[in-house]
Amino acid sequence: MALRVDLQIISDWIPDNAHVLDLGCGNGALLKHLQQRHITGYGLEIDNSKFSECIQSGVNVIQADLDAGLSQFADQSFDFVILSQTLQAVKRPDFLLREIMRVGKQGIIGFPNFGHWQCRFQLGMRGKMPVSKNLPNAWFDTPNIHLCTLKDFEKLCGQYGFSVVNRSVVNHEHKDTLGIRLLPNLFGQIAVYLIHNGTP
Amino acid sequence: MSDSLPADSVGLVTPSHLHIDTPLALDCGRVLPQFDLIYETYGTLNEDKSNAVLICHALSGDHHAAGFHSLEERKPGWWDTAIGPGKAIDTNHFFVVCPNNLGGCKGSSGPNTVNPQTGKLYGPDFPIVTVADWVKSQAILADSLGIDKWAAVVGGSLGGMQALHWAITLPERVGHALVIAAAPKLSAQNIAFNEVARTAIKSDPEFHEGRYQEFNTVPRQGLGLARMLGHITYLSDEAMGEKFGRELRSGKIQYGYDVEFQIESYLRYQSSSFVERFDANTYLLMTKALDYFDPAKEFNDDLNEAVKAIQAKSLIISFTSDWRFSPLRSLEIVDALLSAGKSVCYAEIEATQGHDAFLMPIPRYIEIFASYMQQVAKEVNG
Repeated sequence: MALRVDLQIISDWIPDNAHVLDLGCGNGALLKHLQQRHITGYGLEIDNSKFSECIQSGVNVIQADLDAGLSQFADQSFDFVILSQTLQAVKRPDFLLREIMRVGKQGIIGFPNFGHWQCRFQLGMRGKMPVSKNLPNAWFDTPNIHLCTLKDFEKLCGQYGFSVVNRSVVNHEHKDTLGIRLLPNLFGQIAVYLIHNGTP
Repeated sequence: MSDSLPADSVGLVTPSHLHIDTPLALDCGRVLPQFDLIYETYGTLNEDKSNAVLICHALSGDHHAAGFHSLEERKPGWWDTAIGPGKAIDTNHFFVVCPNNLGGCKGSSGPNTVNPQTGKLYGPDFPIVTVADWVKSQAILADSLGIDKWAAVVGGSLGGMQALHWAITLPERVGHALVIAAAPKLSAQNIAFNEVARTAIKSDPEFHEGRYQEFNTVPRQGLGLARMLGHITYLSDEAMGEKFGRELRSGKIQYGYDVEFQIESYLRYQSSSFVERFDANTYLLMTKALDYFDPAKEFNDDLNEAVKAIQAKSLIISFTSDWRFSPLRSLEIVDALLSAGKSVCYAEIEATQGHDAFLMPIPRYIEIFASYMQQVAKEVNG
């Protein structure tokens, strides 16, 4: 089965034999894929049915709530800590980001870009909270409670002294366009960052 | 039992018997010069003997884990919800072995068996055995069956502790360890409950320092009381509330000290039926084995160090309403395995049934249990 494109981007950044922690690992597809390259590690997942899928595919999965932090893991105990499409759904993204960089040597964070022009248009011109393919829920029932733009995220990283080693910004078809290359914060819908403690 | 057995039952089973003449040195310093183990098996051992699963029983369990001894038997073995064709531990794929532990009272050497050196019942003279001793004796059983490595060692509660101990002390012989509703050691509160149970038994005038059988009697009151207390700790407040509430047996308050509330009646029934099937000395011994269990002790009380030798992959399961061994206790094991970089999965199951939940067919629990065992089956059967 083909890997979701954002997961493919993440996979390409991880070298063979690495030790990883995948936060909100979903059905375990990424970890399963990485196993072929002798990449070991754990997934954390709270959703019952996704958790069961992980067990069925034979990946190490721990039922845990990301809002509780990562206190069960020692400092710098993983080569990479991955958080894909989940940052916006946690109670304190700032706290989790610091936890990620405490337990991981590098962090890989993917999230929907709230600075995309469609979001700006819906809020700025139509005066309504944005609803899109990436953010399909209404404001009152969305799990996405802490949305941010590329600029916001980079600023937060800067505040904590995390530097961006690599960045991939794509549209909802996970394609890179000229517009995205020129104005990523306006045209990019999904961003994936590779970040590092201190200067790269 | 009717004249037909359920399709997903292992069916009629007959216990097997192993006599060992090689002396077994025990943790307490004493030696069992010879001993017997009674055990049951379900399913078929494959050619390379790689599909064997060891089931470890808990405090009041025995070797009869699944199926029926006769068509007249009213209830199947104690873990029939999880063992059988098409069940979580699928006997179409696995060869399942479940022994009665040393010190038990169902046929393995223990207080109610004859000491070959004296020709009399062991009674209270049977040495106190530990989880480590059980693991050693189970390894001897594995040897006798030609099993070098268990595909999985599985247990709940005290049984889970044995599975953990197996993985730590005989790492090359365990493929997977399933540690369910367990803890890496007892808390002071757990030990306190055990001590009350022991005091109940020992203070029964019929106990006679454990030599009650010589007096042709049984410390019914004490053993029954111990069971009542145990039972309260196995259930949750919620489960008891759901099952009994404040329901009265006769419908109205009697202003007396006889059984009035349904829960009282239930506890009395549980205790009297337990007394019929269990031995007081074994109960004392099993609670001691629980109290002493602490695999981290030999590693400067560092569980992270203790689990370093583990080669098995583990599945740890806890239940939300279990207050005897709460999810936090299971997480102590999980955290140690994580810090040692071991292969581990952990599930916390929403359940109202308390500690007893591990014996119940709770759909999500069974689903995870079965999915995990299917992975194990794939590994061993290709």
